[in-house]
Amino acid sequence: MPEIRFSGVGHRFGDRTVLDGIDLTLTEPRLGIVGGNGSGKSTLARMINGLITPTSGSVSLDGLDTTAKGREVRRRVGFVFTDPDNQIVMPTVAEDVAFSLRKSQLGKREIAARVTASLRRFGLVDHADHPTHLLSGGQKQLLALAAVLITEPDVLVADEPTTLLDLRNARMVNDLLASLSQQVVLVTHHLNLLGGFDRVVVLDGGQVVADDSPASALRTYTGLLT
Amino acid sequence: MTVIGLFHPGNSALHRLSAGWKLLGMVLAVTAVLFLREPWQLGVAAVVTAGLYAIARIPARVAAAQLWPMRWFLLLVAIFQLIFAGWQPAVMVCGSLLLTVAVAALVTVTTRVTAMLDVFNRLMQPLRRWVDPDRSGLLLALTIRCIPLMVDIVRDVSDARKARGAHFSLRAMAAPAVVRALRSADALGDALVARGVDD
Repeated sequence: MPEIRFSGVGHRFGDRTVLDGIDLTLTEPRLGIVGGNGSGKSTLARMINGLITPTSGSVSLDGLDTTAKGREVRRRVGFVFTDPDNQIVMPTVAEDVAFSLRKSQLGKREIAARVTASLRRFGLVDHADHPTHLLSGGQKQLLALAAVLITEPDVLVADEPTTLLDLRNARMVNDLLASLSQQVVLVTHHLNLLGGFDRVVVLDGGQVVADDSPASALRTYTGLLT
Repeated sequence: MTVIGLFHPGNSALHRLSAGWKLLGMVLAVTAVLFLREPWQLGVAAVVTAGLYAIARIPARVAAAQLWPMRWFLLLVAIFQLIFAGWQPAVMVCGSLLLTVAVAALVTVTTRVTAMLDVFNRLMQPLRRWVDPDRSGLLLALTIRCIPLMVDIVRDVSDARKARGAHFSLRAMAAPAVVRALRSADALGDALVARGVDD
């Protein structure tokens, strides 16, 4: 698995310290990040693919610094956002998945074949020509995942991908995440999703307050809430 | 639901025809409509357009959905023309407008947005020293994509305004709608970077 390394990472938005003194080396296949609102977990997740760069310290993926080599890092790190509506670019389902391959050297037929295979995998093949805005919330999130995973990234970072979904759709997305061969970093409020994970990091006030197995880390997290 | 982006999948001759030819045909057809002078000519053009919809195997409800949003506008134009110009100009003006939209919609429902963007991209090539064709194409795609997003935002804000009893407050409508639109734009920007648009 790739190695994601945070070395003395801090981040400030104006006067507000969002992250402070983060030192983490993440190599496990399934990693969870939990914390309350404003704890810094989304900022931490966005640092993995260089969407946000640290104001102190450094973040790297297999030695590639996310500040200096942001584009190279982003080619290896797929990112799924909370609201899929903000991630879908094209008006129809197949076109949106194909958009991810527009800069590949593949021919039109090969792209079409890969898009069809991807949509079949994600249960969207019957919706290939549907307008994206008419999909259900769960289908939109599956589309967002399909569009990211068709580029075969080494790491998938998902920032609360189930927050806007009902239980059934959340389970569908969760099952899909569980089936991936990639390293998955999942930011979530749905603690039950982290059961089979290898490691869970708990953030509070921009600092790591627990970094342990899911059971132990989640005990710490629920302790923070009481 | 918006008219834009309603590609209707199919395998008809019109679906298979390249987007460039369809757009050229549309320009010629719309120009021809502007030169129609008699109601019977309009009738012939309407039959030809209906025939093209039939060739493309576009269901009547899909075809009607393209024209339905024009109903109030056409009604206003018709009333205005009837009062100030008479029935024949009213028929010609409304019929021409309806035909023009029908022809444009036929291109929309038989052509994928990506195919249109490819044409746009090719047309922009001579200007590539000054304008990035890829970026311009993406801008067009995003514009089309953002229409339903904006409709959703405005609908949500409007519902929230009504729920809070501020039915007629323009500020209660505009301020949150603009804030949400800007937030969405920000998030979309992040997503575009994450999806490698900057590469």
